[in-house]
Amino acid sequence: MTSTDQTLPEGIQAQNRTIVVDELARVEGEGALDVKVEDGVITNIKFRIVEPPRFFEALLRGRMYSDAPDVTARICGICPIAYMLGAINAMEDAFDIVPPAQIKRLRRLIYCGEWIESHVLHSAMLHAPDFLGLADAFLIAKVNPDLVKTALRLKKLGNTILEVVGGRAVHPVNLKVGGFYRTPRKADVKALEGELEWAIGASVELLEAFAGFDYPDFEQDYLCVSMRHPDEYAIQEGNLVSSRGLDIRVADFPKHFYEEHVEHSNALHGRTREGEPYLVGPIARYNNNYEQLSPYAKEMAEKVGLPRVVRNPYQSILVRMVETLYVCEEALAIVREYEEPAAPSVPVDIHAGAGAGAGVTEAPRGICWHHYSLNDAGRILNATIVPPTAQNQPQIEDDLRGVVQGNLDLDDEALKWRCEQTIRNYDPCISCATHFLKLRIDRG
Amino acid sequence: MLIIGVGHPMRGDDAAGPVAAERLAELGLEAIVLDGEGARLIHTWEGRGHVVVIDAADGGGPPGTLHVIDAKKEELASGRFHYSSHAFGLAEAVETSRVLGDLPERFTIYAITGADFTLGKGLSPDVADTVERVVERIAESAQAATSSTPSPTPLDK
Repeated sequence: MTSTDQTLPEGIQAQNRTIVVDELARVEGEGALDVKVEDGVITNIKFRIVEPPRFFEALLRGRMYSDAPDVTARICGICPIAYMLGAINAMEDAFDIVPPAQIKRLRRLIYCGEWIESHVLHSAMLHAPDFLGLADAFLIAKVNPDLVKTALRLKKLGNTILEVVGGRAVHPVNLKVGGFYRTPRKADVKALEGELEWAIGASVELLEAFAGFDYPDFEQDYLCVSMRHPDEYAIQEGNLVSSRGLDIRVADFPKHFYEEHVEHSNALHGRTREGEPYLVGPIARYNNNYEQLSPYAKEMAEKVGLPRVVRNPYQSILVRMVETLYVCEEALAIVREYEEPAAPSVPVDIHAGAGAGAGVTEAPRGICWHHYSLNDAGRILNATIVPPTAQNQPQIEDDLRGVVQGNLDLDDEALKWRCEQTIRNYDPCISCATHFLKLRIDRG
Repeated sequence: MLIIGVGHPMRGDDAAGPVAAERLAELGLEAIVLDGEGARLIHTWEGRGHVVVIDAADGGGPPGTLHVIDAKKEELASGRFHYSSHAFGLAEAVETSRVLGDLPERFTIYAITGADFTLGKGLSPDVADTVERVVERIAESAQAATSSTPSPTPLDK
């Protein structure tokens, strides 16, 4: 709803009401949202992160470059690959390492696994219940047991890919600067083939099921920021681009975007240098790189009615399933072509004057940018990590402002529901942005 | 019998499940630690006949209070184990399995009321005492079960 009608319906206008939601369920971690409405006009909206920061950047200082992937993996249990590969890309940038194609393909495969498990868990178990009016995630199993069985099996496949390539499903241990500690055996990789063939159809099944939902009428003209790669739908390597024509090297990110500390949140808020909020994640990627999706993924997107440029944030659930379909196809192609590489990694030459490196990848929730400066011995002098949820926070606040303003006629419960659903459009990994959430709406 | 300790080892009393599971594994029982992500819990107990879960719980008496829940008989309130920070957590996983008809035949949850979930802290004294009691109790019941059935207890840790 884009209505900016500030008139409250009769009977509501006269009341002074406070809506308090002590927890925002079904997001990873906890944070808080405060909305203040006075005389039908939103006077303040704050999306807060209330858990203390964990100081990952500080604890990396003084450690060897090679520790960064495994330390940063611990930032998130849902998207460890995003952190590991962001750190790895940055170190390889510093040491001028270009890994061979086979290593890059294996990295893409494990990243496909992370997208599958993250997208499916969020879409089917956490976000879909919003559209079905279900208060509890498990109730969806009552409404549609087959859908839940399919989702659980898909998610398990994502885990299995992480186990086969990364050594284990949570916080994988097999990735390093230069490649892998040990490349997976051909037989283990080929064993994924059958399940991936099933997964393509299963993704379509979920996509079509979600397409039947009612989508709230709300649109935004997002500034979409994502990676782009000349040869493929960017996931684990590429430049940075925006929907307004920006096309920059990874290292130049801070020239165009910055993080600000706001009083109400422990996580930093990302903005463009012009002070605008921007969008990262599935919709940004889809809008920027649509042409590079597979023909089948595009066909299915069209079939379920997704426009070429998505402006309705609630449709993120559909975009997530289009991306899931796409990465299942990608993973299958990689699995079919896989031959064990001659060496699991390329050597790292810690040369004097390596100086610094920047790296970025597309976490399921959007770009995750890393920068490290190093001394001549390869020790980390400084680390900066910009996770996707921190970047999306000002955009989440902006969406909420529009949604609340356009829905003031809803009663307290319904409005609360709509706010939660809106935040979940972003699949916010509060754990990454610092961690944990509560929601408070004050209609003064 | 599969024992699952749910929780985060470095989040104060949330470590109750992991600490208990590690102790039980040392005693030779099949015990693992999971962080409480629901879909993974479901996959872990899929096809198992007897599952025991130990987790820190929210509220329900003073710190260290033990609630033993027979999940086959009692439905779990959503959010009761929310300290795991996973939105689709233990309660949701149990109820989803129940709805799908996949809940193991025997399913017991030892829920320990926690006091302090601060990052970097260990177990608070009352919770640590209860963890000891739970370990003894599960070990005893496992021994009783083993002596009645001659098959060896598998070790998977």
